Amino acid sequence: MTPSVTLAQKFGYRFSWVGMIGLSIMLLWGIMALIAPNIIPHPVGEIVDEDYFGAISSRFWLGSDYLGRDMLSRILMGARYTVGISLAAVSIACFSGVVLGMTAAVVGGWFDAAVSRFLDAMNSIPGKLSGLVVVAAVGSSITVLIVTLAVIYTPGAYRFARALAVNINTMDYITVARTRGEGLVYIIGSEILPNIIGPVLADLGLRFVFIVLLLSGLSFLGLGVQPPYADWGALVHENVGGLPFGAPAVIVPSLAIASLTISVNLLIDNLPQKIRDRSA
Amino acid sequence: MENLVEIRDLKVEATTDSGRRVDIIKAVSLDIAPGEIVALIGESGSGKTTIALTLMGYTRSGCRICGGQVRIAGKDMVTLSERERAGIRGTQVAYVPQSAAAAFNPAMRIIDQVIEISRIHQLMPDGRARLKAIDLFRALSLPNPETIGSRYPHQVSGGQLQRLSAAMALIGDPKLVIFDEPTTALDVTTQIEVLRAFKAVMKKGGISGVYVSHDLAVVAQIADRIVVLRNGEVQEAGTTAEILTCAQHPYTRELLAAFEPKPRDHEIGVEDRKVLLEVSDLVSGYGPIQADGLPLVQAVKDVSLTVKKGRNLGIIGESGCGKSTLARTIAGILPAYSGNLLFDNRELAGTVRQRSRDQLRDMQIVFQYADTALNPEKSIEEILGRPLQFYHGLKGKQRDTRIDQLLDMVHLPKSLRHRRPQELSGGQKQRVNFARALAAEPKLIICDEITSALDTVVAAAIINLLKELQRELSLSYIFISHDLSVVEAICDEIVVMYGGRKVEEITPAQLKAPQHPYSKLLFSSVPKLDPAWLDALELDPELVRTYGHT
Repeated sequence: MTPSVTLAQKFGYRFSWVGMIGLSIMLLWGIMALIAPNIIPHPVGEIVDEDYFGAISSRFWLGSDYLGRDMLSRILMGARYTVGISLAAVSIACFSGVVLGMTAAVVGGWFDAAVSRFLDAMNSIPGKLSGLVVVAAVGSSITVLIVTLAVIYTPGAYRFARALAVNINTMDYITVARTRGEGLVYIIGSEILPNIIGPVLADLGLRFVFIVLLLSGLSFLGLGVQPPYADWGALVHENVGGLPFGAPAVIVPSLAIASLTISVNLLIDNLPQKIRDRSA
Repeated sequence: MENLVEIRDLKVEATTDSGRRVDIIKAVSLDIAPGEIVALIGESGSGKTTIALTLMGYTRSGCRICGGQVRIAGKDMVTLSERERAGIRGTQVAYVPQSAAAAFNPAMRIIDQVIEISRIHQLMPDGRARLKAIDLFRALSLPNPETIGSRYPHQVSGGQLQRLSAAMALIGDPKLVIFDEPTTALDVTTQIEVLRAFKAVMKKGGISGVYVSHDLAVVAQIADRIVVLRNGEVQEAGTTAEILTCAQHPYTRELLAAFEPKPRDHEIGVEDRKVLLEVSDLVSGYGPIQADGLPLVQAVKDVSLTVKKGRNLGIIGESGCGKSTLARTIAGILPAYSGNLLFDNRELAGTVRQRSRDQLRDMQIVFQYADTALNPEKSIEEILGRPLQFYHGLKGKQRDTRIDQLLDMVHLPKSLRHRRPQELSGGQKQRVNFARALAAEPKLIICDEITSALDTVVAAAIINLLKELQRELSLSYIFISHDLSVVEAICDEIVVMYGGRKVEEITPAQLKAPQHPYSKLLFSSVPKLDPAWLDALELDPELVRTYGHT
């Protein structure tokens, strides 16, 4: 009997092994981000290798960067920024989007129309472009990045949650709650949210991936996380000169971005039926 | 004479989501002679549709025929290849679905869909198929048989569409036609026309039929033999007369007993009861407001009625007559455009928001489909606990005891409280739905078709429960239904609605002699258990033209 079967028996969920791999990689990066300062072999800012763009060796597991700093340490610390900023941004985006979406579905009328049109207008501005404009205007700091990314991805979360909530809103149990005299907070929090939470969580994961990619893109353009700090996108950017030498310093952070985004996608695509099909 | 259909030891199993295997048909055997119509009757989940579908060698997804034989004219549908089965479907066995509206493609003309079978099996040239279809339309007494086929499905009524789907089934000259609850979704007045048309066509063509239904009275009109099913097993089989007059099996008797008229025992004396709810000249509807201040679609027009304390009012009418809109307007879900609502001698505001919490508590509404009225993500305890906390501020232990009391009142075991609605049967869900209304301790409960989605036996039990609770709690009900026998069983007064208007107000004592012509038509259209009822029934053609939708 495989472990996934015993898990299934215990929780009533059935994970496929692909989903398990996605979950493990995701958890691994999460744990790395948490404990990075305690496990890095070399200080992040210190030049420890005589050679620049050093190869993989027993001393530098992932080689060294363009100044001769340890890549493994920089990647592990970079995980904090990439995972942390994206997680903060996606939480804000999904929270505000989902709350607004459910409210619009329940309240309807002019409120729905006004919020929907406003957020549609926001949605029509390309994400990378508005990110560039904001960072160029107010400068780049971690707070600015989080808020910008959150604002860019709120309209999508709103649309998604509103579409789900509109269906639930037509159910008789919502009518029953209304005739009971229930307020808005109870209706969206206790009657609607439990019915859309599965798809909303899947959407959250997907949006997390988008934000990681956008953040990495901004950092690659030099507009994201600023030195001396570096997220994975910034690591690719600063080591891009190593490309002709085939230096691990430029390949490894790219692989890190790919592994995180792909693992989240794998997990979402292989969510247990019970979570994924809750609204069905 | 050799039987057309021979089912021997048929076993069907289903695989559940968790991978468990469940036997849904357990060794069923039955025969159908050529030209004979056999009815499969039973409650939902009894396997009647599953058996009917195996006659086409088909099972719904997740199900599998795991044993036995289904022989049609000597061929075993179980062992045939899919290609061979496809050749038989439509030409030897045909199917008439429950909801014709869902079975027709809305984007194609009806005639093209009707002759599709002859086209697929290359039975005849299209021109001949069209002529044959028109003959069938005529035989099924459809209006304008020459031209009705060129319409689209949404341009004909539900009863007509159901007959058109029968024409579709009959075009390939099948030896066996499966009717899967074909009249369940129709109004009683329409049902009669459809039943008559089916019966005539089947008799004329000498076609065998399988008629799946849960309505014994309908089956009595059309079937030669009845097979009673429960839990995937045959409980009893016999000719229609045998089953109706000397049923042996307790379940069959229960089914029959649910048809016995149970006149309401009237308390005599207290005539000057207080008026609880007074509705006067109510107008309500949907759509944008027109220049005259009325909505585009007026579903309820100038309806007045009164409900007295401790008495019940029934509202009856066909679908689309405005009875549910009326209920929703009284409950404040839809705004009234004009008219007055007086509840307990106090003016009642038009919408829920403007009403006080006590007014909301005093009037509760129970919906038809417990499936959509109970939040699937909440346990029974949470569902019942919320109104207790909301209206009465009960918490913790007090709330728990009250939940137990409520479950007890609706005759449900206390162990159900931690379950979710989808783990309950239809009848249990409806009881929970009703218990939630009781939790508010209301004076008036509006019941919107609460028994319509339930099986006969279960519905009868719910009605008994309602009566019992009324005696104990001195409630009043507004009971909305299209089913006359249900309304008759529980109501002191009945309002008949037609086209958004109240056409008549009657007491059950006067039921035998309604005055308004529509009431007459409606009351005489309710099927009776007597097999000769349909043939003997004569409806005034004038009335049918005016009020029928055929």
